[in-house]
Amino acid sequence: MGNVIGIGAAPKRKEDQRFLTGRGNYVSDIKRPGMAAGVFVRSPHGHALLRGIDKSAALASPGAIAVLTGDDVADDGLGSLPCGWGITDAKGVPMKEPPFPMLAQDKVRFVGDMVAFVIAETPEQANAAADLLKIDYEVLPSVVGVLEAVRPDAPQLFDDVPNNICCDWELGDKAAVETAFKKAAHVARLSLVNNRLIGNPMEPRAAIAEYEPGTDRYTLWTTSQFPHVVRFLMGALVLNIPQHKLRVVAPDVGGGFGVKQFHYGEEAVITWAAKRVRRPVKWVASRSEGYVSDRHGRDHVTEAELALDETGKFLAFRVNTLANMGGYLSTFGPNIPTNLYGPLLGGVYTTPAIYCNVKVVFTNTVPVDAYRGAGRPEATFVLERIVDVAASEMGIDRVEIRRRNMIPKEAYPYQTPVLVQYDSGDPMGCLDGALVAADVKNFGVRKAASARKGKFRGLGYSTYVEACGLAPSRFAGRLGARGGLYESATVRVHPTGQVTVMIGTHNHGQGHETTFAQIVSDKLGVAFENVDIVFGDTDRVQFGMGTYGSRSLVVGGAALSKATDKVIVKGKKIAAHLLEASEADIQFEAGKFSVAGTDRIKTFEEIAGAAYVPHNYPLEVLEPGLEEQAYYDPVNFTYPGGCHIAEVEVDPETGTVTLVNYTAVDDVGTVINPMIVEGQLHGGIVQGVGQALFENAVYDEGSGQLLSGSLMDYCMPRADHLPMMKVATHSTLCTHTPMGVKGCGEVGTIGSPAAVINAVVDALSHLGVTHVDMPATPNRIWRLLQNASLPVAAE
Amino acid sequence: MKPFAYHQPDQIPDAAKLLTSIEDSKLVAGGMTLIPTLKQRLASPAALVDLSKLGSLKGITDDEATITIGAMTPHAVVAASKLVQTKIPGLAALASMIGDPAVRSRGTIGGSVANNDPAADYPAGVLGLGATIVTSKREIAADKFFLGLFETALELGEIITAIRFPVPVKAGYAKFKAPASRYALVGVFVAQFADGVRVAVTGAGPGVFRVPPMEAALSGHFDPPAIAAIKIDTDGLTSDIHAEADYRAHLVTVMAKRAVEAALS
Repeated sequence: MGNVIGIGAAPKRKEDQRFLTGRGNYVSDIKRPGMAAGVFVRSPHGHALLRGIDKSAALASPGAIAVLTGDDVADDGLGSLPCGWGITDAKGVPMKEPPFPMLAQDKVRFVGDMVAFVIAETPEQANAAADLLKIDYEVLPSVVGVLEAVRPDAPQLFDDVPNNICCDWELGDKAAVETAFKKAAHVARLSLVNNRLIGNPMEPRAAIAEYEPGTDRYTLWTTSQFPHVVRFLMGALVLNIPQHKLRVVAPDVGGGFGVKQFHYGEEAVITWAAKRVRRPVKWVASRSEGYVSDRHGRDHVTEAELALDETGKFLAFRVNTLANMGGYLSTFGPNIPTNLYGPLLGGVYTTPAIYCNVKVVFTNTVPVDAYRGAGRPEATFVLERIVDVAASEMGIDRVEIRRRNMIPKEAYPYQTPVLVQYDSGDPMGCLDGALVAADVKNFGVRKAASARKGKFRGLGYSTYVEACGLAPSRFAGRLGARGGLYESATVRVHPTGQVTVMIGTHNHGQGHETTFAQIVSDKLGVAFENVDIVFGDTDRVQFGMGTYGSRSLVVGGAALSKATDKVIVKGKKIAAHLLEASEADIQFEAGKFSVAGTDRIKTFEEIAGAAYVPHNYPLEVLEPGLEEQAYYDPVNFTYPGGCHIAEVEVDPETGTVTLVNYTAVDDVGTVINPMIVEGQLHGGIVQGVGQALFENAVYDEGSGQLLSGSLMDYCMPRADHLPMMKVATHSTLCTHTPMGVKGCGEVGTIGSPAAVINAVVDALSHLGVTHVDMPATPNRIWRLLQNASLPVAAE
Repeated sequence: MKPFAYHQPDQIPDAAKLLTSIEDSKLVAGGMTLIPTLKQRLASPAALVDLSKLGSLKGITDDEATITIGAMTPHAVVAASKLVQTKIPGLAALASMIGDPAVRSRGTIGGSVANNDPAADYPAGVLGLGATIVTSKREIAADKFFLGLFETALELGEIITAIRFPVPVKAGYAKFKAPASRYALVGVFVAQFADGVRVAVTGAGPGVFRVPPMEAALSGHFDPPAIAAIKIDTDGLTSDIHAEADYRAHLVTVMAKRAVEAALS
């Protein structure tokens, strides 16, 4: 018998047994009998008319089985890839929503757009056949940047989307903001670019599809963060497959970060193809293919203005953003730069009036969608940067201006002017904790030491809040969500008292098999090792919305908590019968049902046994069995936040920025497993540091070619880029989630870019530098210093 | 990867014969450039001639005034060699900065020099030290070997067997790594000999090159300030998404100073 390992403990991760011994089961590990290989042929052009495809030579190639194109999709009457959100402009006019065919028809709109699917006996034969496909393109000029795309003379991606604007979205009280700006003692202004990112999960995307003619059932194995949603979107909206005839399995998945939380055309094509060729078909993306087909993230151009009174109090905030959507609307695409951006512009401050306008723009680039943080890092970056700009211009200390505007702990719940109401928080407490942990008071000593080496040292703050635990369905529905955002869990107690949990979230690195088992172990008093978590299979798990938006613990864990409570309620009824007591007198604690005030007890195992061998059992009023299910729809978002402090050293000779210290004190609510929280914070911070210093997806204007299309040119953060980080939690409890949890998956990515860039600007502020765009590469910093025409590096 | 024939000769003449007799055949040493190229289907040679069975191409020998490194010697072996660390520490340091541990274990000096990638490290060391490239046919001075972007003086069927390095008074290498690839955005090798100083630059342009004004200045005073004011012409230097030509030119001066510092330390 093992031990109860409950909430707050830090056991090693259950799933690591298989991962660390090479026994994971990823899509590319799976082989099906008679399996054929498929490759996608993708557009080499950013923008082109598709004049025709000659399949004959490819079909005659050795081993070739089939070549499928957009014409075949049209012939079979299949649907377009659906967008899960429908946003509207200020007048209530719906966004422009052009079709997103799973294989291109008539036109290609980005390098990587899928043109054909070639199936052969082996991957080599499929590639060889694909090489023989003759595709007639009429190349058109591409437009890749948002500023260029909205110009009147820009290439038009769709005939019925003038100026490439999908939606001209707004939020907030424009008139109130204008009034406040007229009264302002000072207005800070900032123009910035939020750089485009590519997620790069360790495991590239892959899929296998199989059709069983005997049962008319399809199975799709796919690298997905949300298999049930793929089943719904693909089955109901694209391929017209009834839900009961479609099984979607997302087995072990090697990282997602959002990249795998969309329904991709590849999934639909391969499922459709498997029936056409009556063979299981497998496709595994190469890393290069991922670069031009995995949905990208961020890519904003923003103008922001902050109005302040003479004491530095924020009066109003106005933000105008152009957000890149890429060539088509992806699953969550238009939601990210709007609903997950505008409502976060209040931050942890009492700014009374906020207005945000976002023009959502099509370009000849890979579709842009959610990437860890998704909208919230962009909002935090704008706000936390302009707070520093305002502080600098008004001669107010950066910490002091934050304190003057922070929402005090006792003011929660706090209604912002941009829809959201924060239930709980203590930003001042996080700030105070971080100032101590980062040893800010001795920063001057460290700065002087750097100066003696010829280096510039800087300190940067980011005091931020995010909205996660996506999402309250009713609220989301008002904002344009076309689906629900609840979660479900089933707790199946076996006759012997062990427990299997079926949950609709998906574990692809987050440690759910550990944390969810801790919740069950804690609540039911069963041994940690006697709880298994099942996920990622629509035939095994009742339903679910998957994992993204820091929702798994907040929403899925809540469903699990509720289902576990139902098990206890039923267990008490059974115990009352067995112990011949009133149900009201039964207590449950530490795995034992007892009659209050007596020593009469039944163990959890005895109750489970009685439920499945109901000889002595109240069958007249109670069903046998011990299995309960719960759906949970959150009443609000959760609002984790905190204070991040970055310390950098800049080498003025080369422009190199080195992150030398990093401190994060975050409010993530109740912590289930502190080791896992620490890991999530580390990973999130590193991804944010990656955006701030290294990562940049660069397209060539005109040709639409991705210039940073491999790990040789797209710089991912590495271990030697980073110092040891200090992370700590300063938690207030969420008032509306069952366990007080807030989620922690995205906080690191949301808080960190602004902290790092604020530190870089601080390091260079004595030279007149007021802003640095991301990523702060050596080349960019050096050029800034040259343009400042300052006496550096010229000894 | 497209299909190809594979040969693993155990004699240098056999390898040379395979190269000349099979049209579109390629040598493979460590394969650190070739294998990714094949996997991306950017090259599809008819045959690969693998040099790994040629034991005589491996190892480092001390010839007093020179060190000879066999063409198939991996970077990690050069980096860890007590002999190289003692006699030309700058060269051992250069080898330790190439790629990552996996690349250093597989990649070879001969492969790197023969490939002549414009951002590879070894060409700077070979040219900077004025080494001699020993081939299956002849000996070629470094100054006559590197001909430009991926171009060398090697003829069809000619195989590098070793590189012979003269032992300098002092030498140092400073590399500014390209952030993603970790190739040299700019790498500068500086070597001081009794009869003068050589300065070789990789990464900045389409091929490794020397900087005569720096060589002259350092021959007078072998210290960093001697070259601090020497600016490199941006003409012909590389501009890409990581660095424009003027930044690369600036880095040549900075890295040259740091290479001298490394040589003096």
